[in-house]
Amino acid sequence: MGNQNISHQPLLRKLLVVSIAMFFFGFALIPLYDVFCRLTGLNGKTANTVAAPSTRIDTSRRIKVEFIANRDDSIPWNFAPEINSLELNPGAVKVVNFHVKNLSAQAMIGRAVPSVSPGAAARYFKKIECFCFTEQPLDAHGEKAMPVQFYIDPQLPAEYSTITLSYRLYKSQGQTVTR
Amino acid sequence: MNQENIQPIDSTAPHHHDQVDDHKPRGISRWLYTTNHKDIGTLYLLFSLLMLFTGGSMAMVIRAELFQPGLQFVDPHFFNQMTTVHGLVMVFGAIMPAFVGLANWMVPLMIGAPDMALPRMNNWSFWLLPCAFTILLSTLFMEGGAPAAGWTFYVPLSTTYSNDSTAFFVFAVHLMGISSIMGAMNIIVTIFNLRAPGMTWMKLPLFVWTWIITAFLLIAVMPVLAGVVTMVLTDKYFGTSFFNAAGGGDPVMFQHIFWFFGHPEVYIMILPAFGIISSIVPAFARKPLFGYESMVIATASIAFLSFIVWAHHMFTTGMPVAAELFFMYTTMLIAVPTGVKVFNWVATMWRGAMTFETPMMFAIAFIVLFTIGGFSGLMLAITPADFQYQDTYFVVAHFHYVLVTGALFGIIAGVYFWIPKWTGVMYSERLGQCHFWCSLVSVNMLFFPMHFVGLAGMPRRIPDYALQFADMNAFISIGGFLFGLSQLLFVAMVFRCIRRKGEKASAQVWEGAEGLEWQIPSPAPYHTFQIPPDIKSGH
Amino acid sequence: MKRYCWSLNNKCNWILFSFVWWCARSVAADTTVHSAYNMTRGATELSHKVYNLHMIIFYICCVIGAIVFGLMFWSIVHHRKVKGTAPAQFHGSLKIEIIWTAIPVLILIAMAIPATKTLVAMEDASKADMTVLVTGSQWKWHYKYMEYPIEFYSLLSTPRDQIENNAVKDALYLREVDKPLVLPAGKKIRFLVTADDVIHSWWVPDFAIKKDANPGFINETWAKIDNPGIYRGQCAELCGKDHGFMPIVVDVKTPEAFEQWVAEKIAEQEKAKAAEAARGLMTREELMELGQKTYESRCAVCHQPGGEGLPGAFPALKGSAIVTKNKPAHLHIVLFGKPATAMQAFGKQLTAAELAAVITYERNAWGNNTGDLVQIADINAVLSAGE
Repeated sequence: MGNQNISHQPLLRKLLVVSIAMFFFGFALIPLYDVFCRLTGLNGKTANTVAAPSTRIDTSRRIKVEFIANRDDSIPWNFAPEINSLELNPGAVKVVNFHVKNLSAQAMIGRAVPSVSPGAAARYFKKIECFCFTEQPLDAHGEKAMPVQFYIDPQLPAEYSTITLSYRLYKSQGQTVTR
Repeated sequence: MNQENIQPIDSTAPHHHDQVDDHKPRGISRWLYTTNHKDIGTLYLLFSLLMLFTGGSMAMVIRAELFQPGLQFVDPHFFNQMTTVHGLVMVFGAIMPAFVGLANWMVPLMIGAPDMALPRMNNWSFWLLPCAFTILLSTLFMEGGAPAAGWTFYVPLSTTYSNDSTAFFVFAVHLMGISSIMGAMNIIVTIFNLRAPGMTWMKLPLFVWTWIITAFLLIAVMPVLAGVVTMVLTDKYFGTSFFNAAGGGDPVMFQHIFWFFGHPEVYIMILPAFGIISSIVPAFARKPLFGYESMVIATASIAFLSFIVWAHHMFTTGMPVAAELFFMYTTMLIAVPTGVKVFNWVATMWRGAMTFETPMMFAIAFIVLFTIGGFSGLMLAITPADFQYQDTYFVVAHFHYVLVTGALFGIIAGVYFWIPKWTGVMYSERLGQCHFWCSLVSVNMLFFPMHFVGLAGMPRRIPDYALQFADMNAFISIGGFLFGLSQLLFVAMVFRCIRRKGEKASAQVWEGAEGLEWQIPSPAPYHTFQIPPDIKSGH
Repeated sequence: MKRYCWSLNNKCNWILFSFVWWCARSVAADTTVHSAYNMTRGATELSHKVYNLHMIIFYICCVIGAIVFGLMFWSIVHHRKVKGTAPAQFHGSLKIEIIWTAIPVLILIAMAIPATKTLVAMEDASKADMTVLVTGSQWKWHYKYMEYPIEFYSLLSTPRDQIENNAVKDALYLREVDKPLVLPAGKKIRFLVTADDVIHSWWVPDFAIKKDANPGFINETWAKIDNPGIYRGQCAELCGKDHGFMPIVVDVKTPEAFEQWVAEKIAEQEKAKAAEAARGLMTREELMELGQKTYESRCAVCHQPGGEGLPGAFPALKGSAIVTKNKPAHLHIVLFGKPATAMQAFGKQLTAAELAAVITYERNAWGNNTGDLVQIADINAVLSAGE
C-alpha cells in the first residue's frame, strides 16, 4: 500500500533498465533472427560457410537444381550461370560456373548474395566452395568464371524435388561484410 | 468490483484543504510549466483533438482523391504522403496521447492519489509531443515531401528509396517514443506507489488495470520501435546493412522487428478503451461489472499473446509452413480472451436497469463495432484466406473498425462520461445524441463497404482504381466526409463545456457511477486527495 | 468536351459503361464469376478451397455475432430503467466464465483444422511442370520462363489521358498490360518471385496467390489453373509512387495453344533482334516519334509528361544540365541508371532503337532544343564499352 512519502526512485530505476534493455533487445533480434533463419530456412538463407564433404550418394532419386543470377543496378556487370538447371542425386558433388564480365572501364568488387527456394530446403543445400564466400574483384572490362561446388544433403525430405539457387550480385563498397 | 465497500469521504476536511490550495498561475506559463495532473491531462486531450483533426483532414484528402477513378486532386506521390502521415498522426498523435490524457486525469482520482508520482517528468513527456509533431508535419513542406512509405515504413522504400524526410521522421519518432515511455513509467510508479490506503490491487477500477498493463506494453515495445527507426537511419545515412541484402542484411527482418513492436502497439491502442467501456457499462446498467477478475486475467492474457503473434502481419513474405501455422494458431487464440471481455460486458447489461445517455450509446456502439473488427481479425488470422485479404481494403476495414469504432469511440465515450467531472457542467445531451447518431451512421458508411471492395480485390494504398470499384468508393467517400463533419459536433460539445455552458453537474454526475472520482466535487478541484481517502477494506 | 467526368448522376455514361463492361466480361471468356462484393472463387482447386474457408469463417462469425448481439439487444430492450425493475446485483460466475472460454476454443480448433490442411497444400510447390521467374521493379513486372528462352517486361497499358481524365476510361481501366504472362492450363506452374528494388507483391486473386517479391531473396508459390482465360491481378505491397499502376494479366491458353505461342514468341524475338541489328541510321522524325512514345510509357510517370519532374522526388529533365549539355552523362544515366533511386538501368529494359529515340526526344523536347540526334550505334557503343 502506498503513501505519499515513498521514494519512487527504485521502481523508476527498474523501469528505466527494462526500457533500455528492450532498446538493445531490438538490435539483438537481428542475430537471433539470423540463427532462427538458419535453423528454419526462413527466407532461403543458406549458411555462408564451407560445408563438410559429402559422405554418401542417394541413388534412389534425382533432384532438379535451377540457377538464377541477377544483379543490382549498382554494378554494371554481366552475370549469368553457364546452365539454367541440372539434375543430380542427393550427395553427388557438382560444380557450376557463373560467368561475370565487367562492362565498365573501372576495376570493381562484386559480392554475390545467395538465396535458396524453397526456403525450408536451404539447409540441405551444401556448398563446399562458393564465389559467394568472398568478395569478387574484377578489372576494367575483365571477365571470369566463378565456380560453386555443392551437393544436396541426402537427408533432404522427400517432398522437395526442385531446388532453386539464386544469386544477386551487388557492388561491394569495400567494407567488410560480416554475415 | 468491490467499490461498494468504499466509504463515502468526509466531505469537509479534504475539500477545505483543496480550496485553500486552489490557486494556480495564470496565462501561458500555467500551461508551459504545469506539473498538475489535471492540467497535463487537459493538454494531452486537447493536443490529441487537434491531431485528430490534422490526421482527419489528411483522410479527407485521401477520400476526395478516391471519390472517382482517375487522378483528380493530388499526384500519387502526395497521396502516399497522405496515407503515411495520416497513419502516423492518428496512431501516435491522436489515439495514444488521448489515452495518456485520460490516464493523467483519471488514474490519480480513481486510486486516491494527490497527483502523478513524477509531476515534472509528466510536464516533459507532454511537451515533447508538440515538438515531435512539429518536426514530423514540417516534412510536408520539404522538397520531395513527407515520408511516403506507409506508416509501417517498410525498407528499402523508407531507406534507399526515400528522401531526407526519413531523418526528420526518425527523430520525431524518437521524441514520441521517449514521451510515451516517460508517460508509461509515470503511470506505473503512480499506481504502484500512490494508491490510497485500502486500495488493494483487486479493488482497482478496470481502467486503472488496463492502463497498467498498457504501460508495461509501452515500456516493452516503444524501445524496440526506437531501435528499429535507429537502424533505418543508420542504414540510410551511415552505411550499415541491418536490412540491406547487399551487406548481408534482410529487408524482411525489418518487418519482424517492426511488428514485434507493432502488434503490442495495437493492444496499447485498445486496452485502455476496454477499461473505459468497463467503467461505463456498469454505471449505466446500474449493476456491478460482471466477472471483474476474469476481465483482469483476459487483459493480461491479451497483452501476453500480443508478443507472440507479430508475424501474422507478414504471412505473404514467404515464411516456412511451420511458422505460418504457429502464428495462425496464436492469433486465433487472441479471440478467446477478447470474447470473454465482450461476453462479460453483455452479462453486465443483462438484467440491469439501463439508461442510454451518450457515453452508454458510444459504449454499446463500441461493443458491437469493435466485435465486428474482431471478427474480421479472426478471418485475417486464417493464413490461407489471409493470402487473399492481405494488403487489401479488407484489412483497411478491419483496423479502422478496431481503431475508429474501437479505440476512438472508447475515447469519445470516456470524454462524455467524465467531462462533467472535468468542467463541472453537463454536456448538452441533445448535441451528444446528435453526434452519436451522425457518427454511427457515417462511420459505417465509411468503413463497412471497405470490406466488400477489399474482398472484390482492391489493394490498399492506391490513389486510383479499376472501374468496378467506382460506386463503392464514391459511397465510402461520402461516408468519410459525413464522419469528418460529424466530429465538429463533438468539438462543439467540448467547447460548450469548457466555456461552462450547460447545467451544473453534481459530484455524483451519473446515478449508477461508482468510484473515488465521483466522490469529489464537480469540477474536480485543482488539488484533490492531498490527504489520502480512507477506503475501508471488507469482503 | 474533352474532360470526362465520372459521376453517379451521369446516367448515359453509366449505362454505356455498364453495357461495355458486361460485354467485355462476356467476351473475355472469364470462366470465373467475379462478385463486386465478395472474394472470387478463383480458377484453381486451391482458390476454391480458400474461398470455402473464407465463407465458413464468415458464417461462423455471423452466427456468433447474431447470438451475442441478439442477447445484448434483447437486454437493451427489456432491461431498461424505464421498465421500473430494480437492477440485479450478480457480478460473476466461474461456471459461466469457463463455458464461454471453452466453447470459443472448440470453435477455433474446428476452424484451424481445414485451414491447416489448405495451407500445407498451398505451400507444396514440388513436382512442377514449368517454372516462371517473376521479378518486380518500380513499376512493372518482368517474366522469365526458365524452360524457354523467353523473357519480357509487362507494363500498364492504360493511356495517361484516361488516368488524367482527359479521355473516356475503358472497361479495363488500370487492369490491362502491354504483354501478359502466358501460361498453359492444367499444368502445375511454379512461380519464383523476387524484386529488383523495393518490396512488391505479386497477387492474382483467381489463383489465391499473393507472394511478396523481396529484393535479394526469392520466394516460391504455385498454381494449376483449370481453364484457359484471362486472369487479372495487381501489385499488393506499397512500392512507391506508382504502386497503384502495376497490374498483372495472365493469359492462360490450352497446352497446344501455349506451345504455339512459345514458338511464335521465340521467332518474334529473333526477328526483332535481327531487324534492329540491320537497322541503320534513323531519321529525326523516326527518333522523335518513337522517343515520345517510349518517354510517355516509361519516363513520364516520374519525370512528368512535360519533363518538369516532381521537385525533391524526381528531377526535371526540362532545362536540366545533363540533358541539355552533357551527352555522355545523359546516355550513361539512361542506360545504367542511378543506383539506389527509382532511376533504373534502362539499358537492359529497352531496345537500342527505343533508347536512342528516347534520349533524342529528351534532348529536343520541351525547349531543350539541343539538336542532338542519338543513333542505335551510339547506344551499342556505350553498352559494349560500359561505364
